[in-house]
Amino acid sequence: MTHQLTTPASEEQIRALRVGDAVEISGALFTGRDAAHKYFHQGGALPPGVSFEGMILYHCGPVVIRDERGEWKAVAAGPTTSIREEPYEAEIIRRFGLRGVIGKGGMGPRTLKACREHGCVYFHAIGGAAQVLAERIRKVRNVYFLEEFGSPEAIWEFEVERFPAVVTMDSHGHSLHAKVLEESRAALQRALGLEG
Amino acid sequence: MRELEASLLELVRRTSTEIPDDVQKALLESLEREKKGTVAEEALRIIERNIEMARRKSQPICQDTGSVLFYLEAPAGFDCVGFEEAARRAVTEATRRGYLRQNCVDPLTGRNDGTNVGPGFPTFHYDFHSGGEATVRLILKGGGCENVGTQYALPYGPLKADRDLEGCRRVILDAVFQAQGKGCSPGVLGVCVGGDRATGYEHSKRQLLRKLDDRNPNPELDRLEREILEAGNSLGIGPMGFGGRTTLLGVKIGALHRVPASYFVTVSYMCWACRRQGAVLNAEGAAVRWLY
Repeated sequence: MTHQLTTPASEEQIRALRVGDAVEISGALFTGRDAAHKYFHQGGALPPGVSFEGMILYHCGPVVIRDERGEWKAVAAGPTTSIREEPYEAEIIRRFGLRGVIGKGGMGPRTLKACREHGCVYFHAIGGAAQVLAERIRKVRNVYFLEEFGSPEAIWEFEVERFPAVVTMDSHGHSLHAKVLEESRAALQRALGLEG
Repeated sequence: MRELEASLLELVRRTSTEIPDDVQKALLESLEREKKGTVAEEALRIIERNIEMARRKSQPICQDTGSVLFYLEAPAGFDCVGFEEAARRAVTEATRRGYLRQNCVDPLTGRNDGTNVGPGFPTFHYDFHSGGEATVRLILKGGGCENVGTQYALPYGPLKADRDLEGCRRVILDAVFQAQGKGCSPGVLGVCVGGDRATGYEHSKRQLLRKLDDRNPNPELDRLEREILEAGNSLGIGPMGFGGRTTLLGVKIGALHRVPASYFVTVSYMCWACRRQGAVLNAEGAAVRWLY
């Protein structure tokens, strides 16, 4: 069964999700990656009129072009590797009231703890699936920090419809990434004849 | 010169939007192998759909269009300056058309001028020969997989890796483990045994030009490639690190002579979106044959 989730999401909706759940997300979605995380970490404020309350932050640096009518169009928009934001994400979840983060590759114990404490989940989108995911972006509503951060690093506000992802870290302390890490570590040690 | 620029623009477009047949075949086989009804299987299904859409829409397979690496094999006397100028213009035009992301950042100022041209960007590698034909190949290598590339110096105690092929096997498998799904598995490994710090990385990346179904002419390296492919997949990391049966699509290993004091093993990791293409160019710069 695929869960349908619309932003802004409530804590109750997020707490109902478990590792392994397939989810389709609709509504507003904000991108934010390395430059944005550093900016927020250093005390930077959200742009005027923007709230992340109940929102989902997408680790993504899209390819965006202007079409013939001068409208922004996201032509490729898969996730970027999330672990680089591990030093910053917990603080950003707490400070802005995020209910979800989308990325790839998973995150570490600090983010997992913040998910448990504040009611947030990590959604894994399929890395490299830039076309399948861009197709679910119905509209580019706005862009912030385009000049300062450059196009891939800017905060893009998308409107998405049934954007597919899998919960790999939930708000109950479970992480698929931690599980695969431990299982593969044991397999490696067996393959190399090393002590566990 | 206009002809060359047009060929290079088409080279960039094909590389960014069309996955090579050998890579697609390996991905299809991994989909068939994956346990049904798992998130790993679903990930591979989405990847298959994505490949088809990118080709049909002539849009990037992955939004991270990566480092832009040109490999040129050319006759002596080839006009390298003219080639590089044409390549930079082609890359900038490809960026304007959305085949490439604005992907080139000044590390000191943080500025991205949107052209994809700057010091070291794109990158050019040359090999000269006495024949008549020029061949250009292109790799687009995303940052996620580039970040999980690594270099070991043997002996390496924690893995009991000595200075021999068994030591190489041990550290290469460790690199696969360390990468988990962060390099967008299932991936392709390019490995260099030997060389120095710089040539090791360069030669390891060059291995990614090889087709997945080719065989290493060196029987020992050929055996090592097969062993690592099998052992790497038995780690169970799977597509995207979700757990599953396919972690690697291929392993390609080359070797360079080393100095007695150094024994480097360098691993470059390529994501499933293994983007490479190439063309044979005629004297006017027209692409007369595509290579992958």
